[in-house]
Amino acid sequence: MAYSDKVIDHYENPRNVGSFGNDEKNVGTGMVGAPACGDVMKLQIKVNDDGVIEDARFKTYGCGSAIASSSLLTEWVRGKTLDQAMAIKNTDIAEELALPPVKIHCSVLAEDAIRAAISDYQNKADK
Amino acid sequence: MVKLPIYLDYAATTPVDPRVAEKMMACLTTAGVFGNPASRSHSFGWQADEAVALARQQVADLVNADPKEIVWTSGATESDNLAIKGVAHFYQKKGRHIITCKTEHKAVLDTCRQLEREGFDVSYMDPEPNGLIDLDKLAATMRDDTVLVSIMHVNNEVGVIQDIAAIGELTRSRGILFHVDAAQSAGKVPIDLETLKVDLMSFSGHKIYGPKGIGALYVQRKPRVRIEAQMHGGGHERGMRSGTLATHQIVGMGEAFRIAREEMTEENARILQLRNRLWNSLKDIEEVYLNGDLEHRVAGNLNVSFNYVEGESLVMALKNLAVSSGSACTSASLEPSYVLRALGRNDELAHSSIRFSIGRFSTAEEIDYTIEAVRNSIGKLRELSPLWEMYKDGIDLDSVQWAAH
Repeated sequence: MAYSDKVIDHYENPRNVGSFGNDEKNVGTGMVGAPACGDVMKLQIKVNDDGVIEDARFKTYGCGSAIASSSLLTEWVRGKTLDQAMAIKNTDIAEELALPPVKIHCSVLAEDAIRAAISDYQNKADK
Repeated sequence: MVKLPIYLDYAATTPVDPRVAEKMMACLTTAGVFGNPASRSHSFGWQADEAVALARQQVADLVNADPKEIVWTSGATESDNLAIKGVAHFYQKKGRHIITCKTEHKAVLDTCRQLEREGFDVSYMDPEPNGLIDLDKLAATMRDDTVLVSIMHVNNEVGVIQDIAAIGELTRSRGILFHVDAAQSAGKVPIDLETLKVDLMSFSGHKIYGPKGIGALYVQRKPRVRIEAQMHGGGHERGMRSGTLATHQIVGMGEAFRIAREEMTEENARILQLRNRLWNSLKDIEEVYLNGDLEHRVAGNLNVSFNYVEGESLVMALKNLAVSSGSACTSASLEPSYVLRALGRNDELAHSSIRFSIGRFSTAEEIDYTIEAVRNSIGKLRELSPLWEMYKDGIDLDSVQWAAH
């Protein structure tokens, strides 16, 4: 299958790969997907006192489109408030990367990942 | 400098050997043997008929059969369909039970599914974890109404070689017919149909450096095996498969089988050396698993799972290599290789598998390039993999509650 140039770019030069320390307080982590399905995304956000995402990291086990979707997401969420990040839609990701129909689930997974990361951050902040 | 991309997917198809292409081209134009082999009234037909007869002899020679036992088809898929449906339909008054294995090619499995819809009963056996059939379990699966056992010789994904000699003894002693899909084994493993107790055997042209769109079915004459035709028409191939014979395709397949017979021993030794070179340089990578038995395995196949790396992304990283992955992220179901699942591999390992298949035109330089590319890509993708990170942190992935999607 032919991938778009943007998918290939993100795949070959993934942005913001890595993990934050486990005990960093202002970090939210979202882990979505399942190895059995062939993709697992881990997305982490670091949120400052103004509620703005100042940094993001990802690791993804999955196909090129899954890796590109999560890499793109880390670029997009930086500098956004939690509400703004929450508003990112899978269709925006799919459109930006020109994902074919069989790969739409990768963008859905990326949307799930940012929501899971935000929710994890909020749970921690509430405690 | 090695020429890119490198073709390592010989189990999917092979290029036509130049010697084969030359013979084929002599069967197309006015200057060549273009006649209809069924034309009895002129020399054009007689010449084509002679060319077909020679090819039939060449195919029969590779497997030590009688040319009268070779029926031309459009490929191994049609041969499998003709053998299985042909036997099932012809012998249905005798019994309606068929035995096959879960790791068979779809051409066998889907044909059996169709027969189930027609009211036949099919047992799909589990292979052992090394991919081989346990003979005792096969014997226990046989019933009084079993009419056919269909087991492939060499598996297309993992390359394991079934003991068809022993299976044949078992089926013959029980009066059950035995069909073998030999698409992946002809020209790679010695086959002697004189001694093997095999009743039907499917062959493909394009898996052994012949053209696509041509295959054959061996239908044993002594003891005689009957099949009901699936394609009706002019009564070609003694009524078993009608349709004008494709002289150029047939001649190509014949030449390919002739070359295989003459060069197989030497070629196998060379390919095995390349395969060992590849495996010996990959097996020391952490968390690498060989799929299928190493000893009972065709020379050109290496199927490996690189744990915590998803197969499709690995194929993408290996963009200069033409290889296959057992991961099927593109399909709607997201189901990984059913063959690896049947071998008992978990979903992660099945999703992480790559099949390298080496062939006639593979070189040592290509293998060395492959080794380097795989080692680099595995390192890079594991850096990206949350599963690898968890594994390294000592987390048991089976204990994690995953949200299946």
